[in-house]
Amino acid sequence: MSKPHPANDSTAADTGEQWDLVVYVTDASPKGQQAIANLRRACEEHLAGRYKIEIVDVLTNPRRAAADQILAAPTVVRRFPTPIRKLVGDLSDSDRLLLGLELRRSAS
Amino acid sequence: MDSTMLTSLTDAPVGPGLEKVPTGIQGLDQITGGGLPRGRVTLVAGSAGAGKTLLGLNFLVAGARQYGEPGVIMTFEESAAKVALNVRSLGFDLDELQRSGMLVVLAFQLDPSEIVNTGEFDFQPLFAILEDAIKQVGAKRVLLDTIEVIFGAFGDKAIVRSELIRLVRWLDDRGITAVLTGERGDRGDGSLTRHGIEEYVTDCVIVLDHRVTAEISTRRLRVVKYRGSAHGTNEYPFLISAHGFTVLPITSVALDYAASEERVSTGILRLDHMLGGGMFRGSTLMVSGTAGTGKTSLGAHVVNSACARGEHALMVLLEESPDQVLRNMRSVGLDLRPWVEAGLLRIWAARPSAFGLETHLAILAGLIEDEKPSVAVLDGIASLSNGVLTTEVTSIVARQIDLLKSRGITSMVTALGKGEDVSTVAVSAMVDTWLQLGNIEANGERNRLLFVLKSRGTSHSNQVREFVLTDHGVELVDVYVGAAGVLAGSARVTQLAAERDEDLRIAEELAGRRRELNRSVIEREAHLVALQDQLDAERTEIQRIDLRAGHQVADTQADRSEMAARRWADDTIHNGEPR
Repeated sequence: MSKPHPANDSTAADTGEQWDLVVYVTDASPKGQQAIANLRRACEEHLAGRYKIEIVDVLTNPRRAAADQILAAPTVVRRFPTPIRKLVGDLSDSDRLLLGLELRRSAS
Repeated sequence: MDSTMLTSLTDAPVGPGLEKVPTGIQGLDQITGGGLPRGRVTLVAGSAGAGKTLLGLNFLVAGARQYGEPGVIMTFEESAAKVALNVRSLGFDLDELQRSGMLVVLAFQLDPSEIVNTGEFDFQPLFAILEDAIKQVGAKRVLLDTIEVIFGAFGDKAIVRSELIRLVRWLDDRGITAVLTGERGDRGDGSLTRHGIEEYVTDCVIVLDHRVTAEISTRRLRVVKYRGSAHGTNEYPFLISAHGFTVLPITSVALDYAASEERVSTGILRLDHMLGGGMFRGSTLMVSGTAGTGKTSLGAHVVNSACARGEHALMVLLEESPDQVLRNMRSVGLDLRPWVEAGLLRIWAARPSAFGLETHLAILAGLIEDEKPSVAVLDGIASLSNGVLTTEVTSIVARQIDLLKSRGITSMVTALGKGEDVSTVAVSAMVDTWLQLGNIEANGERNRLLFVLKSRGTSHSNQVREFVLTDHGVELVDVYVGAAGVLAGSARVTQLAAERDEDLRIAEELAGRRRELNRSVIEREAHLVALQDQLDAERTEIQRIDLRAGHQVADTQADRSEMAARRWADDTIHNGEPR
């Protein structure tokens, strides 16, 4: 796995804005916990101090999930910066996680 | 596949314990023997625009409105506004149904470009949302439209598959009657859906098809599988109209129409006579004939007489405009306009090419629904065949006739056809009475002839009649059948005139002869009187002579005796010969 080089990347991660992320999980499922852990790690690495993660349990809050158009879990939604991005899965594929959230450009 | 041995059925036997949920879709409940399997998942597969969504919506709306079964609509394709629009096209207000707590609409718009797959996932939120919505209204029916979108949006097909199988089981466990719509597969391996799994996990599979033949589209429905139940296996045309989704089972020509003994006049007295008193109410009469044989006029008579009886009539014109027909009929002395104005007669016209065949059927169904006519005339059904395969036209016509019969409508269809060609023969099996109008061409003119080819349940005339369009409607006239063959038109008139002359001549001749004989009789009678007089005179004369002769003898005797006495003569003189 290639190591990220945040200093050399010019992505949304560099603009200094506050990131707004939501993780939709079901209860305390292992996949959900895994996703939260993976997301936190990536954020710490690339967005330290500039991010906010909201955790929604869709089992206790299905209407919120419906309103937010969430059908699968775990799902991470990047609400800001726009455009909205949706990442489905436990985020174990860190390349896809970083690319999906645009924390890093595709490896060149 | 189940029950392939059943080729046609309208009341499919229901397996023990298999409860069915009516879809409210006319025809579909008939071929499935009551509807969809209760508490099971039904897959409705079809290509884009085949009508899957509408079938599903119809099922849900019917549940909410007619059967007191609330429902949840979950769509992955359209916005909630679009779903509401679709429902409104069926004539129902979705908002109203939602407000009254009978329906929940959940619309998801999944954009694959927005979704990145980063590992393992499941559809737990979908289940949770569905569960919540089901609880919210106490749903008995669920529509998921369409599952392909989920396959497309979430990359991992293995997960999507297993989750969908889980969803079907989940719905089954909850006793929900669900419709899942799926895109028709194009993999060429015979699978019904693109991913080829849904049909194995569901209990009932309905395939919709949208075929375009000769630029005219026909929608068809087929029940491919129905676990535990017999079902009609044919392809049934269906239509989508303002009245919703209608399936028209051709084989529902179930022959269970009530047969009326009542006779309905065709408006032409002599035709009624030919048919033994008119058409039976609720029966179907077909008039076939080549162009310009007067089929439409005959139809106009039928509706005219219905309206004159105060009944509602419907006239469907496939070849001419209403104004054209009104004008033409006025020229033969039939003014239909007052009936139209009085609201008794509805004339509807459209060129067959303007719509697909099934649309025609839909329109007819709609008109029947609106007008509730007791008599209907379909003019020019054969023109439905403009470029379309005959079998399709035949089946559509058969369905139209079926529709009319099932409503107990006395109907007349006119078909362009030369004699007993294949298509008219195929349709003729459906009709009760078949009239054939023909032209005969002779001596530089064409004349119309009418025959009754068949008429069920009535003794009917086997005679040919000449069909004459006069300025006071259609008249049927006996044709001249003689040594010169069948004569009609001027030939008939000429022949009749000649016959009249001949009759007159003979009559005069006879009168003359009679006069002559009369005279002779009188003469001879006078003669006879004279002869009798003469005879009498002669007889009297004879008597007189006889009398005189007697006196003479006596006198002579006396004289002779006196003389003998005087001469002293012997007695012998009396006995012997004179000397």
